[in-house]
Amino acid sequence: MDQILSVEGLKKSYASGFEALKGVDLNVESGEIFALLGPNGAGKTTLISTICGITNATAGTVRVGGHDIYAEFRAARSLIGLVPQEINLEPFEKVINTVRFSRGLFGKPKNDALIEQILRDLSLWDKKDSRIMELSGGMKRRVLIAKALSHEPRLLFLDEPTAGVDVELRKDMWNVVGRLKEQGVTIILTTHYIEEAEAIADRIGVISKGQLLLVEDKAKLMERLGQKQMIIELQAPVTEIPEGLASYDLQIAQNGSALVYSYDVKADRTGITKLLSDVSRAGLVLRDLQTKQSSLEEIFVNLVQEETA
Amino acid sequence: MNLTAIKAIYLFEMARFFRTLTQSFISPVISTSLYFVVFGAAIGSRIQEVDGIGYGAFIVPGLIMLSVMTQSISNGSFGIYFPKFIGTIYELLSAPVTFLEITIGYVGAAATKSLFIGLVILGTSALFVDLTILHPLPMLLFLVLTCLSFSLLGFIIGIWAGNFEQLQLVPLLIVTPLVFLGGSFYSISMLPPFWQWVTMFNPVVYLISGFRWAFFGAADVPVIASLGAISLFTVICVVTIGWIFKTGWRIRN
Repeated sequence: MDQILSVEGLKKSYASGFEALKGVDLNVESGEIFALLGPNGAGKTTLISTICGITNATAGTVRVGGHDIYAEFRAARSLIGLVPQEINLEPFEKVINTVRFSRGLFGKPKNDALIEQILRDLSLWDKKDSRIMELSGGMKRRVLIAKALSHEPRLLFLDEPTAGVDVELRKDMWNVVGRLKEQGVTIILTTHYIEEAEAIADRIGVISKGQLLLVEDKAKLMERLGQKQMIIELQAPVTEIPEGLASYDLQIAQNGSALVYSYDVKADRTGITKLLSDVSRAGLVLRDLQTKQSSLEEIFVNLVQEETA
Repeated sequence: MNLTAIKAIYLFEMARFFRTLTQSFISPVISTSLYFVVFGAAIGSRIQEVDGIGYGAFIVPGLIMLSVMTQSISNGSFGIYFPKFIGTIYELLSAPVTFLEITIGYVGAAATKSLFIGLVILGTSALFVDLTILHPLPMLLFLVLTCLSFSLLGFIIGIWAGNFEQLQLVPLLIVTPLVFLGGSFYSISMLPPFWQWVTMFNPVVYLISGFRWAFFGAADVPVIASLGAISLFTVICVVTIGWIFKTGWRIRN
């Protein structure tokens, strides 16, 4: 696969002296969904704005589809679609006109069939003649997406696409992202909803205080940092850990009616088999058994805390 | 040159104008009529001729210039300030367009609107006074150049302005006085010598004088000076915009 985006040593500081990006390196492969995770103020939006040409970089180079974003800005920007975080739309204009405008602005010839397709895909077709101000917040967000897609980008940035959006629309949005991926569009989304990254991303980058802390395959990330817990629910509660189980790393939970065993998924021996036989040897009767893998959220919180510690 | 983009910006801006076409049309008609009632009929009847021209007719070029200049500035500044204010400027900045193309689109639309208003005022004036235009083509040239250069100035103001107050500041504090004191309603030769000399530093004098010459053949300053002044003014605006775009001043922080 070829690289659609390559960022090298990207720095951005503001006149106030604030360093929003402290040397970011990032490569994104064509066709993948990349999620950029980070707390508020981490530099997610600054990174996107700089790549898209909304703010000037202080140092570093960015290439989109092999084109330098400054030297070959026309070629680079033609490939990019941007859905901003804020709902920035001209309130008095009709939906279809703002979408047509976006296509024209990117220098693409009129193509009403395509615009219709995009609006239909986003369930906006019956609203095409409505003024933007008449739309709900979720609909406006769809209009932003339609505008970004109107010029057929190869690389789509979604900056917090589902911030403040209800569950249904969020699922819709994820479906749209999935369809775009099928069409070969590379998607970079920022979010602070971990579940979102977990649900749709192929790779994840964690950014905090202007630095990329890590970039990794989602599954690998979860595997590498994932701790698993086994919760052993008991028929009769215990007050302390029985003698025969003292060698295990067990904790009493749920007022003694459960034991929690933490283990590493990647370890050669998880010790589960032996633990379970020792549990029955200790005379404990099981009511239920469940295992839980730490979510990206927990991984993420750990990472950011480590960084700030 | 991304002509499609220029066209898209231009048409999008003009759509805003057409949405409010009635207002755009009626307000200059009414304000022009008011000027004629006050200056033409009420006061004008007591004023003899100025430079051999009836006062009612004499004020027509100044009246057109007054509206065209203020309209150009307000159109030009609002056109670019509005996207900044509501945030849609992100799209312009991330599009594969140069600032030259953005400027042509916005300033072109702003100038078109003021040209339209200028022509409406001219038409309205013809209902009140007997108008003959001695040099129609130079008249049009002056009109178009004024629309363009003041729309460019407005564009700069729109980029500079950080809020709506600032947007009004320059037109109110600088441009309106310059236009009123630029001989819209009187001939410079009517002033005492000292003030005639001071007035020569007002760039608007040259524009109104040149425009009036195109109508009546009489001017306060030589026509070539008028043409030079408006060309110089346009060049200054273009260079300023070039600098703004090169540095990203007030746009790409």
